[in-house]
Order: sequence, then structure tokens, then C-alpha cells
Amino acid sequence: MKLNRIIANAGEWLSGDGPHRQVVVSSRIRLARNLARTPFPGWAKRAERLHTLELLRPAVESLPEMRESYAQNLTELTALERQVLVERHLISREHAAKGAGSAVVMNVEQTLSFMINEEDHLRMQGIRCGLQLHETYAMVDQCDTELAECLEFAYHDDLGYLTACPTNVGTGMRASAMLHLPGLVMSEQINKIINSVNKIGLAVRGLHGEGTEAMGNLFQVSNQTTLGESEPQIIERLNEVILHIIEHEENSRQQLLEKRPAMVLDQIGRAFGILCHAHSMTSKEALNLLSILKLGVDLEIFPNSDAAPSRATIDELFIETQPAHLQKGAQGQKMTAEARDALRATLIRAKLNSLPPPDTAKVPLPEVSKQTDDE
Amino acid sequence: MNCDVCGEKEASVFLTQIVEGKMQKVNLCEACSKAKGVNDPTGFALADLLLGLGAAQQLEKGPAAAKCPVCGFTQGDFKKTGRLGCSECYVTFADGLTGMLANMHKGTLHVGKSPGNRARKRELNARMQTLRETLDQAVATENYEEAAALRDEIRQLEAELIP
Repeated sequence: MKLNRIIANAGEWLSGDGPHRQVVVSSRIRLARNLARTPFPGWAKRAERLHTLELLRPAVESLPEMRESYAQNLTELTALERQVLVERHLISREHAAKGAGSAVVMNVEQTLSFMINEEDHLRMQGIRCGLQLHETYAMVDQCDTELAECLEFAYHDDLGYLTACPTNVGTGMRASAMLHLPGLVMSEQINKIINSVNKIGLAVRGLHGEGTEAMGNLFQVSNQTTLGESEPQIIERLNEVILHIIEHEENSRQQLLEKRPAMVLDQIGRAFGILCHAHSMTSKEALNLLSILKLGVDLEIFPNSDAAPSRATIDELFIETQPAHLQKGAQGQKMTAEARDALRATLIRAKLNSLPPPDTAKVPLPEVSKQTDDE
Repeated sequence: MNCDVCGEKEASVFLTQIVEGKMQKVNLCEACSKAKGVNDPTGFALADLLLGLGAAQQLEKGPAAAKCPVCGFTQGDFKKTGRLGCSECYVTFADGLTGMLANMHKGTLHVGKSPGNRARKRELNARMQTLRETLDQAVATENYEEAAALRDEIRQLEAELIP
């Protein structure tokens, strides 16, 4: 199966539907596993890494879940193709930088992906739409159990699954959810939320994980620790916190609408206007404006018609306007940043231009003349 | 001020991060900051670096000459990379790791999933097979001393196989 065929379709997590979709973009579970008594990828010699690959790739590919799958050694992919996979969250940035011995195996739905020889010998990831942490874990857990029947994973009775980095030891599990929080950002409550989430031992990060900036009002919340709690305990704790954040986000959206409707309408109107008419747009600007547009959809500010922008349209634009995805469409011609910005704007205009503008009548603006909201 | 990683060169990169209300500082020389990826803000996490450094200090409490018998990894390597060499390293450097893991995690004992023990069982069954064959041979050659020892080992294995 060819990479182009896989990425021609948006992943299930992008195009599908799931609980709390208006705030939670996706839920992800990643399990780190290593082969017993075999040097970890970062310490292994080239021959050892290749041996690990020879052992793991067929085992993963023969999983019943991976009957229809795409598998490729990273050395056979161009830098651009790897970047496309990173933008789809199918491999990590770290994995994209790896050479001989590293490979990726993913299913057609793009709900499961296996990174071979990343920081650990095997990292298996499940990703689903909306808030479905338990469901996603069940999916990955099943693959792990099946693999353990034919592979001996490094495991210690006291320390659990052994990983290259001691921060992952125990369950080897990172559970995370991507949250879209424009309400909390607009109402300037986001830092308060991030601080309190950090205090209870959970991490908040930007779009592409560790060390990345929060763009498009997107935040990743994940567990920080992996030892001393079982997988369901970790997931349940995370799930409860996320439910709280969802409640706060929805409240703040509602409050913004009630107390500062003019500001909300102004922002959404401007975002729509710029997206529909700009001829050059950086990926950061696109992410931020699309985020506001998505808020407009969630608040039902667009007319009730099939022609109106939908959440799926916007989510697809989120991915399609990322640099590597644009470059991929250019058929091998290296584009300058300026050319990409122009192409991005064209793509967005084409998708949004024919759509009806926000329907301001849907948001009551009581006594606009007396409104003191001068944002 | 000297670099916290190499301890030799003059530090020129100063990092501060507040983690759980505690301020943590790291001073690095240019070479080490590059090696740790500090110059590339997208791929860098101070926490990672801090954990790595703290971890290295912890590990030094262990016997200085310790080297992993499986992969040849040493404490110096851990200090450089913040990662271990192989699964056996957790046993080799157990003394140094215990404190570090306690600081990093919610607990020090794993309470989650464990691998289906099929692979292990398969290994034990293969060993059992070999033992039985050797026992038969020992009996056939009237080597009763060896046979007795083998019989004991087989009993032990049986106990492990049928919990």
C-alpha cells in the first residue's frame, strides 16, 4: 500500500465523530515497549537496530488489527513524507529524525500506528476522535497483549515495563487528549487552568508535544508519571480532569456570548473575512484564524445550512494547510515559504469562499448602542 | 560559573523553569547546550534536561565502576544522554535509580498490566524438555548423582510452570 493512498484520506480521528467533539479534538494512547536484554535504540549499534526491526516489523504486520496496513522503513521515505506523517500525528518528530532500523506501521483508518526503533524499540499509538481515552486504550492494549504472545518484552516485577527513559518506566503509557480551548484563551483563564493541571501532576503542552508552542488554541493534556498507578487509574484521573476543563471551556464560551457578544462576533467575523479573502497566510495565522472560525461553528453562529462551514471542513484545513502537506501537493517542486503562504491562502479561500458568512442575527446583541464593550 | 553538564567550560546559557512551585536552574556552556538541543527550542524540554541531570547525580551514588554486563553502558553514558542502555541497566544501576524514580513518579512499584507470560512459559517449557532428555540420558548411563540434581531442577521448574 502506498503512502499517498493512505494520506489521501483524513484519519478517522479527524473526519469521524466522538464524544465532546466541540472541545476534544482527539484522544491518544501511546505504549512504550522494549525487547528484553537488547540495547535500546539510542544505545544500540546499527546491526542491533536492524535486528530489532527484523523481529518487530513482521510481528506488528501480522496483527489481525493490521490486516490492511501501510508499513515502511523510514530510510525509504523522503524528509517531506516523514514530515507529513508528523503533521498527522502518526509518527513523532523524534522518530522522523531516525535513520536505519526505524520503521512505521499504521492501519488504513490511521487509528493505530507503530513506531519501530524510536526512543524505545516499539511505541504503539492509538488515536481516536473526541474524548475516548478508555476506548483508545482498549484498542492499543489488545495489540500489546497479542504482541506479547510472540515477543518477550522487557519487564521487571517491581518496575513494570522497562523503557529507555526512566520517566516512562512502569506502564510505559502516555495518555493524552488534544483540546481546543478558544473560550479559556479569550477570557484569559487559560494560564490558571494550565497551572492547576500542572499542580496535580499532569502536563499541558502545545500542538506537537513537548517543547512546542500552543497554536490555534490547541493544548495537549497528558499524564506525567507512569509508575505507581495502573493504566485505568491514570486514564480515569486524566479523564476526570479533562471533563472539568470541558466544563470550564463551555462555561467561558457561554459567558463570552452573554457578556461580550460584540467582541465574539467581531473576532469570528474578522477571522471569516481574512480566511475568505487573504492571498498570503502563514501556518500560524491560519491555525489561529481557523480556531476562531471553529468556535463560530461550535457556537452555531453560521446559518443552519449544509453549505455552512462544518467542523470537519475546518479540521481538514487545520491539517491540509500545514507546511509539509502543502509542499506534498506541489508534486516534488521545492516551494519557498512565500509560495507556501500563497498556496495556503488559495486553498482556504477555495474551501470557504462559497460558504455563507456568520449570521449575526443568531447572537442577540441587546442594546448595542449602550454596549460598553470596547475591546 | 561553570557548566552543570561538563563542569569544565564557562557557562553561557542560563535556564530557569518553575516545576511544581520549585524554581530549578541549569547553567550550560555553549557546547553542552547544543548537545542537549537547547538551541532548538522546538525539540527541547527543560524538565527532561533537569531530570537527566538530577538523575546523573543520583546514579553516582552507585558503585563508580559499574558497567552493564549486557550492553556495556556506564554511568557516564547516562549522564550524557539521560537514557539507559538496555533493560538490564535497571538491574545494574538499581541502587542509583531507586531514589530518582521515587522523585519522578507517583510510586515506586508497578501496579499495572504485566505481559502475558506465554513467551516466558515457552522458554521454561523448552528448558524442561532439555532437562528431561538429559535426565533420561543420565539414568541410562547410571549417573545417579547427576540424575538426582536434574530431578530437583525439574521439580523447581514444574512449580514455576504450574502456579
